[in-house]
Amino acid sequence: MDLEPVKLQYATSRESTDIVHLEKSYGLFIDGKMVEPRSGAMFTSVNPATEEPLTQVAEAGSDDVDLAVAAARRAYEHGWRDLPGKERAKYVFRIARLLQERAREFAVLETIDGGKPIKESRDVDIPLAAAHFFYYAGWADKLGYAFPGRRPKPIGVAGQIIPWNFPLLMAAWKLAPALASGNTVVLKPAETTPLTALLLTEVLRDADLPPGVVNVLTGDGVAGAALVNHPGVDKIAFTGSTDVGKEIQRALAGTGKRLTLELGGKAANIVFEDAALDQAVEGVVNGIFFNQGHVCCAGSRLLLQEPIAEAFLDKLRSRMATLRVGDPLDKNTDVGAINSRQQLDKISSLVDAGVEEGAEMYQAPCPLPERGFWFRPTILTGVTPAHRVAQEEIFGPVLSVLTFRTPEEAVAKANNTRYGLSAGVWTEKGSKILWMADRLRAGVVWENTFNRFDPASPFGGFRESGFGREGGVQGLAPYLALEAIDA
Amino acid sequence: MPDGGRLDVRKTYKLFIGGEFPRSESGRAYEVDGVWASQASRKDVRDAVRAARSATGGWRAKTAYNRGQILYRIAEVLETRASELVAEGSTEEEVAAAVDRWVWYAGVTDKINAIFGTVNPVAGPYFDFTVAEPVGVVGVAAPDEPPLLGITSRLAPVLAGGSTAVVIASETHPRTAIALAEVIATSDVPGGVVNILTGHKAELLPWLASHLDVDSLDLTGAPDGMLTALEAAAADGVTRTVRAADPLGQSPYEVTAFMEMKTVWHPIGQ
Amino acid sequence: MRHDLAELSRVTPVRVMAVDAVSLEQRAAALAGRSLKREAKLGALDLAIRCTDYTTLEGADTPGRIVQLCAKAVRPDPSDHSIPSVAAVCVYPEMVPTAVGCLKGTSIGIASVAGAFPAGLGPLSARLEEIRWVVEQGATEVDMVLNRGAFLSGHYGVAFDEIAASKDASGAAHLKVILETGELGPYDQVRKASMLAMAAGADFIKTSTGKIGTSATLPVALCMAESIRDFAEQTGQAIGLKVAGGIRTAKQSWQYLVVIQETLGVEWMHPDRFRIGASSLLNELLLQLRTQQTGRYQSLDSFTDG
Repeated sequence: MDLEPVKLQYATSRESTDIVHLEKSYGLFIDGKMVEPRSGAMFTSVNPATEEPLTQVAEAGSDDVDLAVAAARRAYEHGWRDLPGKERAKYVFRIARLLQERAREFAVLETIDGGKPIKESRDVDIPLAAAHFFYYAGWADKLGYAFPGRRPKPIGVAGQIIPWNFPLLMAAWKLAPALASGNTVVLKPAETTPLTALLLTEVLRDADLPPGVVNVLTGDGVAGAALVNHPGVDKIAFTGSTDVGKEIQRALAGTGKRLTLELGGKAANIVFEDAALDQAVEGVVNGIFFNQGHVCCAGSRLLLQEPIAEAFLDKLRSRMATLRVGDPLDKNTDVGAINSRQQLDKISSLVDAGVEEGAEMYQAPCPLPERGFWFRPTILTGVTPAHRVAQEEIFGPVLSVLTFRTPEEAVAKANNTRYGLSAGVWTEKGSKILWMADRLRAGVVWENTFNRFDPASPFGGFRESGFGREGGVQGLAPYLALEAIDA
Repeated sequence: MPDGGRLDVRKTYKLFIGGEFPRSESGRAYEVDGVWASQASRKDVRDAVRAARSATGGWRAKTAYNRGQILYRIAEVLETRASELVAEGSTEEEVAAAVDRWVWYAGVTDKINAIFGTVNPVAGPYFDFTVAEPVGVVGVAAPDEPPLLGITSRLAPVLAGGSTAVVIASETHPRTAIALAEVIATSDVPGGVVNILTGHKAELLPWLASHLDVDSLDLTGAPDGMLTALEAAAADGVTRTVRAADPLGQSPYEVTAFMEMKTVWHPIGQ
Repeated sequence: MRHDLAELSRVTPVRVMAVDAVSLEQRAAALAGRSLKREAKLGALDLAIRCTDYTTLEGADTPGRIVQLCAKAVRPDPSDHSIPSVAAVCVYPEMVPTAVGCLKGTSIGIASVAGAFPAGLGPLSARLEEIRWVVEQGATEVDMVLNRGAFLSGHYGVAFDEIAASKDASGAAHLKVILETGELGPYDQVRKASMLAMAAGADFIKTSTGKIGTSATLPVALCMAESIRDFAEQTGQAIGLKVAGGIRTAKQSWQYLVVIQETLGVEWMHPDRFRIGASSLLNELLLQLRTQQTGRYQSLDSFTDG
């Protein structure tokens, strides 16, 4: 070898933020207009990759919640509920199309508000969000076919509280089925990621959606609690932590309000010795490092069959060494910023606990930017079911690794959790993969793949990962009252 | 001495747990309708849930067809024993309706996924399907009235969907509940799939509601005044709560109320 | 089935794993989306030229054609002496003596296809004789084909033995084994063929003959690169990868380089371990290089025919 090998450097292929026009401040979207919050309270939204403030956002209080619920009720009773399905459909189709028109703008905004790589917001979040609206628009005038023997009717006013990990996508998951089935909505985006929901209100106005059909209240847990407890709300849909989900379920006891919950998870990603191992490595990497591991259905526990455990970990470590953590606006970035300082602290402390309990840690040897909230992709090996890091949801780019010998053992370990949201299985043997799918207690089982989402595919958990489904015909049920049709 | 000269042997009304008929571990009984019925305690609830949990694997692993045959057997045996149920307080019409209800649910077990299961047309090279699966252990507060049709209407759908049950029986009609248990015990139903506890709902339901190993709670037969407290207790375990609009309704939706959707993805490629 | 697998594990003591097509293709697409810094593009173009096996395999080839080819191989751009020579020329056996004459005094390799190229279904003795003959005539590299007939019918031992014998016949010349991936079917088969060829003695595994409809693709290259990586991990031996056929644009060439770098690492970014079999690609690379350097779009007429 007389010549030196050549190393290719990737360009910092930075997406421009010119396409985004942020106002100095944003109000609450109530009854079709932006209004000041009653209390006048505002809070700052920050870019977690740079710690720079982006804009001021209104903090809704219970007075604002009253106004929004009243607006939603008026809109429901004086128009939306009785609008023929095919007209409702057209509104929702409009929203889908407008989202597609402004896709780049939404993607960039999502990245700077939440820290996720532009590659993900552009290729996953925004297209899926548009697809959800498009999908449910198609159901709006076909509800009679959705539930045999039942005449579906909307429920009324839905209060929807969404998290910060997929802000626009979660808004789409909530709004699309609710609107298509004839309900009106008060939506409360997460405190740290309000901006794409606020931009969405522009789309709603452009779509000429009647005032009050969708109301958006930015704010924190106070606004969320006020919405949950409001007597004028008929249904609550919540995506977030299991602890808060339980509080909400408790608060709704005896009220007769409908409820769906999409909570946390601690999914097992199970790799058998007869898996397509190189692709399983990709699936495992995607399963826990996609969106910085801020994913309720993340494959956060890797279960390796003993014969291939060491070889697999070697491949995994080599692959992790190629991960690029950094500027989320760079198209070459694989892993973006942690959403907030609080989340970063929580991840760090759980990882420290894991190491203290005896796990061995490996972290991707990548450079990190100076400012912003960052955590290197991490694996913890030598983890047993008794470790905290095997039981508690970390919600970060941290993978706990355990081993197993037989399929029964894999199932037992995978199911040994209070959660039940998702699971992954990697094997080339067909009968075994179906056997596993049958026994894994999870609402979504990804086989030889991971983190796949589609509006036609119902998503949701078992046990303490929540109840109710989003996506598919099954995703309509939470927003409908099913009247019996007399035989 | 009675007229006719023969003293009858009176029945002891015990609990039905794990396929057997134990008395309450508390040793208590309560008087209703001229007889003593076992008064279950929280430990009986605990034992019943444990029995129901152990039975879930086997019950779920049976084919839907097999479960249907077992429910049909319950109907057969109930029909044969109609007179016993009448003796315990039901009308003939009610027993007939109950038999027909067991027959109805026997026939729906292997139809649920034909109605509610889906193959989902996702936008990518994946085979994607959704099936309804049993939720697991269901705690059932049986309606107080009618004695047989009430408990039948709530229990049959739980079983049809592949889940196991811990039933807190009607307080006013424990004898009917235990008679039904005897029918079930002789109908090829594996032990633990159905557990029936007689006693006071106010005492027992809170323990059932807060039990973390209960997956779903049917509060259709719970007293209105207890609803808030029971639903709040259920929140600790994210336990699902169900309250049927019509306690005597009959439809596949009663079955799916105790089922949950599982979605599976697999790539399609060479 | 069991007989074939036992035979396979007899001849390839290395572990052969399955490949999931959907995931592999997604990974290849993701790698294709990487964007390179301008300096990196220049480096990539320069490397691609240095890794080129400048090829002509036409029935109409004549000594005159070979003379022209070799001249361009040495000096791809007569107006720019900073442009490096290619790695090798690749020709039919009869043309080897002419190529040897043209390339005397240079370090450019002379690769000859041999062994009943492209189908490989001639008598084994004749195939081995062809290999010996081209090496005697001065070929420094031999591009042979995998016996797909034997492989696809499960006679892995036969396929293995032919490659081992060809390696013997090649003497000091390095041996490339063409898998003809377009005929193998699923990526599982590509992986299996890769491991078999490497275990039997290949110095390079190569995607295609360029003579059938389907040639190199990025997912196939990724699959073969993963095989090479696995083989290196299991045996410590570093085998090279040659992609051939269907690579016409500069963009494609640096996509392949990204796949190599991300899968095999920087040690494979060198003509000793990576080759691109191409003909019209060379001028495309020159055109892109000049565009990057001058900031102006170029015309193909500015570059010589090879």
